[in-house]
Amino acid sequence: MAKTLFEKVWNQHLVKPQMADTPAVLYIDLHLIHEVTSPQAFTVLRERGLKVRRPDRTLATMDHSTPTTPRNAQGIIPVLDAQASFQLDFLTRNCKEFGVPLYSLGTENQGIVHVIGPEQGLTQPGMTIVCGDSHTSTHGAFGALAFGIGTSEVGHVLATQCLLQNVPQTMAIRVDGALHEGVTAKDIILAIIAKIGVGGGTGYVLEYMGSAIRNLGMEGRMTICNMSIEGGARAGMIAPDETTFNYIAGRPFAPKGKALDKALAGWRALPSDDGARFDAEVVLNADDLVPMITYGTNPGMGMKITDNVPNPANFADVSAKMAMDKALTYMGLQPGQQLIGQPINVVFVGSCTNSRIGDLREAAKLIKGQKVADSVRMMVVPGSQKVKAQAEAEGLDVIFREAGAEWREAGCSMCIAMNGDQLQPGEYAVSTSNRNFEGRQGKGGRTFLASPLTAVASAVNGVVTDPRLMVERMKV
Amino acid sequence: MEKLQAFTGKVVALPINDIDTDQIIPARYLKVTDKAGLGEACFSDWRYNADGSPKPEFVLNKPEHAGSQVLVGGHNFGCGSSREHAPWALMGAGFKAVISTYFADIFQNNSLKNGLLPIVVDDETHKQLISLAEEDPNIEIHVDLASQQITLPDGRKVTFPVDAFSKYCLLQGVDQMGFLLNLDPDIVKYETEYTQRVNTLEPVEL
Repeated sequence: MAKTLFEKVWNQHLVKPQMADTPAVLYIDLHLIHEVTSPQAFTVLRERGLKVRRPDRTLATMDHSTPTTPRNAQGIIPVLDAQASFQLDFLTRNCKEFGVPLYSLGTENQGIVHVIGPEQGLTQPGMTIVCGDSHTSTHGAFGALAFGIGTSEVGHVLATQCLLQNVPQTMAIRVDGALHEGVTAKDIILAIIAKIGVGGGTGYVLEYMGSAIRNLGMEGRMTICNMSIEGGARAGMIAPDETTFNYIAGRPFAPKGKALDKALAGWRALPSDDGARFDAEVVLNADDLVPMITYGTNPGMGMKITDNVPNPANFADVSAKMAMDKALTYMGLQPGQQLIGQPINVVFVGSCTNSRIGDLREAAKLIKGQKVADSVRMMVVPGSQKVKAQAEAEGLDVIFREAGAEWREAGCSMCIAMNGDQLQPGEYAVSTSNRNFEGRQGKGGRTFLASPLTAVASAVNGVVTDPRLMVERMKV
Repeated sequence: MEKLQAFTGKVVALPINDIDTDQIIPARYLKVTDKAGLGEACFSDWRYNADGSPKPEFVLNKPEHAGSQVLVGGHNFGCGSSREHAPWALMGAGFKAVISTYFADIFQNNSLKNGLLPIVVDDETHKQLISLAEEDPNIEIHVDLASQQITLPDGRKVTFPVDAFSKYCLLQGVDQMGFLLNLDPDIVKYETEYTQRVNTLEPVEL
């Protein structure tokens, strides 16, 4: 019978299939951990006298509560927050005691957990990958089944390398056509979430397909899969192809020589078979897409940057009307207003959605020779130390600094506002991150989610700006 | 884990759609290494002013709602991050069950592993519960996992779904880690037969 990519990966990892009274037992190939969602899991292991079953399939990094401020004279990134410092030390102690490899703060491979997995070649097609972080869906860009788990489940995987899971449904998301200049992968995923809503993917694993997806590089595909959770789907996948294989080849943990040939044979068999059935299907046309931006307090509240903010009075459903009222009040926006021209205070380029070298190259190309508006603070936060080093080797840091932007150390930074990087109450930010929830980027802060191009164009003008004019001008 | 007993508890409504885990417990409270103190931080940004004083108009701060054990949220409760601190915070704030028309997947999983019962009801029951709780702060419902039913003040019983395994674990007080540890022979067998190469300890030599 014809099978989907998801079904193939799922079936290959069944230690036990789902029964009437028990969930499936799924084997996990790669378990990524970080300081925020692992401490209580290690405590459970210690209390029960358990070991980490497969430290060789586990990798830890520090990213969420880490500062992105400059290094001191000794080359150390100082952690001034005592609670964060204790949490980071706790991860170090746990990794040492349980034999788990750790990329600690400021070391050459450290970075955002969803940036370093692919960067190191650890993320490979057909794998099951989990992490105590909802943006684990990022790794699905390689044709892996990757999803976020809670801390209890982190404990389960540490102790047994397995997870208890009920079979999800599948949703095909087809995007055919060609993107216009100035429209990016970020705009595709924001358009998808605006269409299905913040809960539309609940219970589903998504598979993105179609020519517009196929034509994206791996970084664009990661941006798309990253935000699957913002549509409610725990996982999003893209079938592996030559783009995927070329990206992986030569990375530190990637198979080499004969091992690579063997792996490739398996990887090439993964794409969904012709005639494979999905439980739901959504279709978008890339030709119709323009730069997207969010106006509200969840990622589903997004629109074309040229559109006007919705008017809650036009909503028939009472609870939807209330939600829109509440969102616009929090955001300090008027029903029906334009967002283009809206003054902003901060621009944040970073996060597991848009902090890879390609994102930084695009942003640098657009900002080169321009200045960040006086009224705007712009932060550029590379996703990993490797991305930072690469960007510096290419002189991108100089371009950002000369434009008046801050060039920071690697980490989650202002996407999660638990590390010192945050908005002040009432401030507006254009952010390349993934969540515009109330207070997400700092208590009282207001977030417009957009692509790196929209972020740069807005930074230069000091107001929300359609990047297409700037992209067009640059070509002349 | 303690067995989840049937209980009768006060109901409070927070009828806002898409309540995300950043509202349930803002990220700045996630710098802990245990579960202590999360109850006080539950819905922190909605509950407190900038100076730390409680907002009297916020429903959970109203004295008549003190001691509520059942929270009725809007549609799609618990969306956003995977932080298990969300159910820990709700339980720390005294809740034993949350009712919605549907829950975000990870939040639902996390809740079931901690004995916080996510109860899915139909639209009509949802609306009825919200108006009941808004009209009378002392309204109580009976929650019984064994029969998978809630009993409304008018005596109407509403059945809710829960997967058989979670139900068994919650009623018996069995934790899922123990179940997985008992599968060791199956896991060993799988590891022997399936050998996809992953080794984070040693990068492949170039």
